[in-house]
Amino acid sequence: MDTKKEGDSPERHFQETIRGGDFLAHQPPVKRMCEAAPGLIHMLDRIGVPFHRTEEGWVDFRRLDGSLYHRAAFAGTTTGQHTHHALAGQIRHHESKGGVTLYEGWEFLSAVLDDQLMCRGVVAMNRASMEIRAFKADAVIFCTGGLGMIYGGSTPAILSTGSAAGVLYQQGVYYANGEFIQIHPSTFTGPDKSFLISEAVVSEGGRYYVLRDKEPWYFLEEWYPPYGNLVPRDIATRAILKVVENFHLGIEGEKEVCLDVSHRDPDSLYSRLGGIVETYRKFAGQDPCRGPMRVRPNVHYSMGGLWVDSCRQMTNIPGLFAAGECDYQYHGANCLGGNALLSSLYGGRVAGESAFCYIKGLEKGTDSVDEGYFTREIKKQTEDNQKILQKQGSVNPHRLHQQLGTLMRENVMTIRHNKVLAETDEKLQEMMEQWENNLTMTDVTHWANDELIFARHLRSMLHLARVITLGAFRRNESRGAHYKPECPDRDDNYWLKMTKAKYTEKGPEFSYEEVDTSLMRPCVRDYTTSGVLV
Amino acid sequence: MKEVYFKIKRCLQRGRDSYWEEFVIPYRSEMTVVTALREIQKNPVNARGQKTTPVVWECSCLEEVCGACSMIINGRARQACSAFVARLEQPILLEPLSKFPLVRDLKVDRLEMSQNLRRVKSWIPVDGTHDVGPGPHQSVRHQQRVYQLSRCTHCGCCLEACPQVNPHNDFVGAYVISQVRWLNRLPSGALNAEDRVDALMASGGLSECSQAQNCVKVCPKGLPLAESIIEMQKSATLRLFKRSLGIS
Repeated sequence: MDTKKEGDSPERHFQETIRGGDFLAHQPPVKRMCEAAPGLIHMLDRIGVPFHRTEEGWVDFRRLDGSLYHRAAFAGTTTGQHTHHALAGQIRHHESKGGVTLYEGWEFLSAVLDDQLMCRGVVAMNRASMEIRAFKADAVIFCTGGLGMIYGGSTPAILSTGSAAGVLYQQGVYYANGEFIQIHPSTFTGPDKSFLISEAVVSEGGRYYVLRDKEPWYFLEEWYPPYGNLVPRDIATRAILKVVENFHLGIEGEKEVCLDVSHRDPDSLYSRLGGIVETYRKFAGQDPCRGPMRVRPNVHYSMGGLWVDSCRQMTNIPGLFAAGECDYQYHGANCLGGNALLSSLYGGRVAGESAFCYIKGLEKGTDSVDEGYFTREIKKQTEDNQKILQKQGSVNPHRLHQQLGTLMRENVMTIRHNKVLAETDEKLQEMMEQWENNLTMTDVTHWANDELIFARHLRSMLHLARVITLGAFRRNESRGAHYKPECPDRDDNYWLKMTKAKYTEKGPEFSYEEVDTSLMRPCVRDYTTSGVLV
Repeated sequence: MKEVYFKIKRCLQRGRDSYWEEFVIPYRSEMTVVTALREIQKNPVNARGQKTTPVVWECSCLEEVCGACSMIINGRARQACSAFVARLEQPILLEPLSKFPLVRDLKVDRLEMSQNLRRVKSWIPVDGTHDVGPGPHQSVRHQQRVYQLSRCTHCGCCLEACPQVNPHNDFVGAYVISQVRWLNRLPSGALNAEDRVDALMASGGLSECSQAQNCVKVCPKGLPLAESIIEMQKSATLRLFKRSLGIS
């Protein structure tokens, strides 16, 4: 919105997003998203997100990674949480008017597809009573989030297993750009998970450093002068790895660096970074106002997701839409700070509007579809549950999940080697085999059986883990978050294309889609100079 | 410390009898109650060495933001993800919240929390979600106050601690009153402030509070719940006064 007269515009936002994503996103939808962004901030402001203010009383903006402009509106460091609460209020409003019915506590099991492979609803299970029923629909929109749990204890919530996306992939929806997993440069490891320290800290003056000859070395500021500590996340993460692995300068030999904001006034820190200060105090036991935080890179976000078309957010299955982190559309090879929230708001709006248009144009509504599709799918899922409950092997699903997380963290993170990726895929296949033939269910009851639900999620996670690993194996170049020392450069001649994985019984089958670069020609992605954006 | 002792109140299904089961979990530095419950998932064996079912509970963010893992830990309602074992007396007693319908073990059904928010019209009625320009101006100071109030995670601890939340009345609870104060203070929410105050003046609203102030003591976010209740009571009084003069 350029309220600080820096020359920002939706066009600049678009250019930075495309460059930040290393030119792997279709450009027209990104452009439309950037044009819609100011209006979406206005909407959030109106529905009650308590955005920070300038002295004159307007919404204030901060700089985030990969950008030279103060463009991100913020509510402390919990903008996402406040957005969630404000939108939940809007849902309650529609509920009170009778326009929306909420079904809380239902677990998605599968989509119902008819003979023409059109989506006619879903089958879901009540998480308490375990009742399985069909929800008929002319169109279904999936907003099921990310898949951080494939990597074990990462920054997303424990429910981010990617399970729904994994099920849909097995039902025939293409999964795109799976290999692009964002490793966030600044997280800290707590007892049960890893916690995000967002770029808000850097925009309030936080600086990364390590001690070299007992002096702080602000390596990002030295290497990337115009962006400094606000280089895109993939670049900051690789810089940190270089410092701790090649130069052995990590704190106390750990793979950690300092992120220091303690030189700033504590009152202003508390008002602008309250959430992070509180979380770090509580879960790391240290006060960021008094000394540097110790941070390390860890899994944060999935750029890849369900393939959707660029105008409607519809997948390759008619009537089945996706939006938010579970789609692949807006970030290319790396996501910039603030854009994940924006893309979920924008993608959600597009999906809603196009689902409405889709239903209007539908020749045959779901009401006139044969009942058999639904009863058959319910029967299939009921039998699937029974089969899982009968598993009495020797591997506990939670332990198998722990192995999966370790495997993926060790082998499919920031730096990727083809030999390791190939071995990882073999191990993943062994784990699938373990899941199929050697799983043990310790809970065989038919009431609120979370272990059964988890076992189903785990199956999805294993399928998506293969998509991620094999996608990475095949992509012989380095681009954005995907980095291979064997081929350290971006290869636009061959790899300027999206990965599309299709499920088959034998494993994922890959095809590739040209990237629409009609609005901005790919150029060298260099953050050591401010560069001239075309 | 090498091991941690837990006594967990279990119930396999709503309506069945509850019982206590003991667990001994290897200690890991910085471990929380969630760490221990996840250990049980991986190896569901009780303190007597008998195989058992994994304990069922709810959680999501594991950083005290989502409010899902509320339970009673050593007699106090709080979130399991931030309950560090080293700071708790042993055996550590875990019980489900008692003011909500039990689902299983430590998992309860908190659906009524969103229903209560509906009762007081906890939303800002906008003309639409299309772009009609920015919201109203706000001073920095005002935003800061509003922001503090908006930090409620709907975890349910204030309901658990409140003596007035019981089967004999339908008190909406402190978090709902706090939510109304927050929305009424937002410049865009203030336009419909009276509708929400009216809703709080109905049965189950402000008049049910007995000023026990337990809510303030258990709120994990340290929200000024008692102060919010007093402020909303003032708004209600003013509303009554205006109504009696026929100027509302």
